[in-house]
Amino acid sequence: MSLIELRGLTHVYSQGTPFEKTAIEGLDLTLERNATVGLIGHTGSGKSTLISHLNALLKPTAGTVLLDGEDVFASKASIRAARFRVGVVFQYPEYQLFEETVAADIAFGPKNLKLPQPEIDRRVAEAAAFVGLGEDTLTRSPMELSGGQKRRAAIAGVLAMEPELLVLDEPTAGLDPAGREDLLEKLFAWRQARQAAVLLVTHDMTIANRCDRLVVMSEGKIVMDGAPAEVFARGGELTAIGLDLPAPALIAELLRRRGVAVPAGVYTADQLYDAILALRGEGGAPC
Amino acid sequence: MLKDITLGQYFPGDTPVHNLDPRTKLLLTVVYIAGLFTVNTWGGYALVFAALCAVMAVSRIRPRALVKGLKPLVFIIVFTAVLNLFFTAGDDILFQWRFIRVTQTGLKRAVAMVLRVLFLVSGTFLLTYTTSPLAITDGLEKLLGPLKKLHVPVYELSLMMCIALRFIPTLIEETDRIMSAQKARGADLETGTLPERAKALLPLLIPLFISSFRRADELALAMECRCYNGGEGRTRMKQLHMTWRDAAAFVLGALFVGAILLLRRLGI
Repeated sequence: MSLIELRGLTHVYSQGTPFEKTAIEGLDLTLERNATVGLIGHTGSGKSTLISHLNALLKPTAGTVLLDGEDVFASKASIRAARFRVGVVFQYPEYQLFEETVAADIAFGPKNLKLPQPEIDRRVAEAAAFVGLGEDTLTRSPMELSGGQKRRAAIAGVLAMEPELLVLDEPTAGLDPAGREDLLEKLFAWRQARQAAVLLVTHDMTIANRCDRLVVMSEGKIVMDGAPAEVFARGGELTAIGLDLPAPALIAELLRRRGVAVPAGVYTADQLYDAILALRGEGGAPC
Repeated sequence: MLKDITLGQYFPGDTPVHNLDPRTKLLLTVVYIAGLFTVNTWGGYALVFAALCAVMAVSRIRPRALVKGLKPLVFIIVFTAVLNLFFTAGDDILFQWRFIRVTQTGLKRAVAMVLRVLFLVSGTFLLTYTTSPLAITDGLEKLLGPLKKLHVPVYELSLMMCIALRFIPTLIEETDRIMSAQKARGADLETGTLPERAKALLPLLIPLFISSFRRADELALAMECRCYNGGEGRTRMKQLHMTWRDAAAFVLGALFVGAILLLRRLGI
């Protein structure tokens, strides 16, 4: 059974006032265990609204959210259970740090789970290790950390809840390329180790093309859903709804427009390299 | 949801009432309140009600919006009514049971007081519903301008009000975001005893304070970068202009006051 299933999800903000706005409309989506799914879409396409439904922070105007086949909004207990089974890291999570020490902040979630102290300690240590925060950092105040460290501390706070589905909204926004690469590797390693599901909301196509599956949203609806190769093969449609292509896919697209027969579905540097070599092998110098 | 809180409660629109100069609306609101408090006859209350309905119709504010705004005041209104109903002395007793006594004067006064509170609040709501908070601040600053001669820091006060109003939505958004983040980590803000709930607010308040300080710092820096040095010699991008509409509104206001005084004299 799939981990999470959204059926006909619709959300309207400020219903019945002049500010009424439909953020998502009639959306169906299923997420499986042990997979990394990228959710891409331009600003205002409804991504953030969508993820707030996954852990029952927002109640849908219409439609249902099923977690392991059971309605999340069935009771208060099921809502609370969803909060713990689906971990959500919002944009710029470092602003949610509040405890006196990093360790105490990471322990906030597990404490709310009412776990015994040894279990809390184990989870804090494990989560901190996953994101690469050392023992000495754990006893410091979160306000003293650097931007990148704060970000990792905040993410560790959600990892410590050991969610079955981890949702991250733009986890690498505002980080430098090295910090971004580092964080991504840690997240992928965490997913591997825990066999969990990860949903990555991103604008960054270099992140998107490392996912197992991509879901593209526009105007509150899902417009594409498939492997990165399938999605990036429809480069024209992506740019039409205001999204970028990964650099290799963009180069391939531009080459195609110049009449070079680069096959569709090329979106990584390696594939592009092979494709160009293959073309040269046929004797046609690309440019 | 926090987003549904209507602070400042401005409903944008393009009606003659919306387009009046904010100064006109502020002054007329004062006139309206003064008029309301001189009313002492049922005919007068009917007139005030008619005026209120007329402004509501012209500004296309739905009565439902007004009723929604009045809801938090139910307690005060009921309190006023009860106080006047049972604690007014008089000989014309309508109803008596042990020490509880209702007099005709008391009943009349209770109804009048409730009407007064309702009309007072509705009138000021119509002002805030049809005028953006920034326009109100602008209007106030202009109206209080003469106080500058008395060294009242009018400009600074209006700037403070302006910034406060400007940041209310931002702070609500921020609170919403932090609340979501902490709820996502299992924070329970809705249940528990009072001390527990107060303690549950900490994860919300601390980040909010930190970010407010950060914002204040950023705003001060941005203002300094643009060579902000106080109100002296500053011009405005949006100049306030009185038009014939405002003149017409003042005439209507004068007629309103005249009619109230007449009704008072006639005792209708």
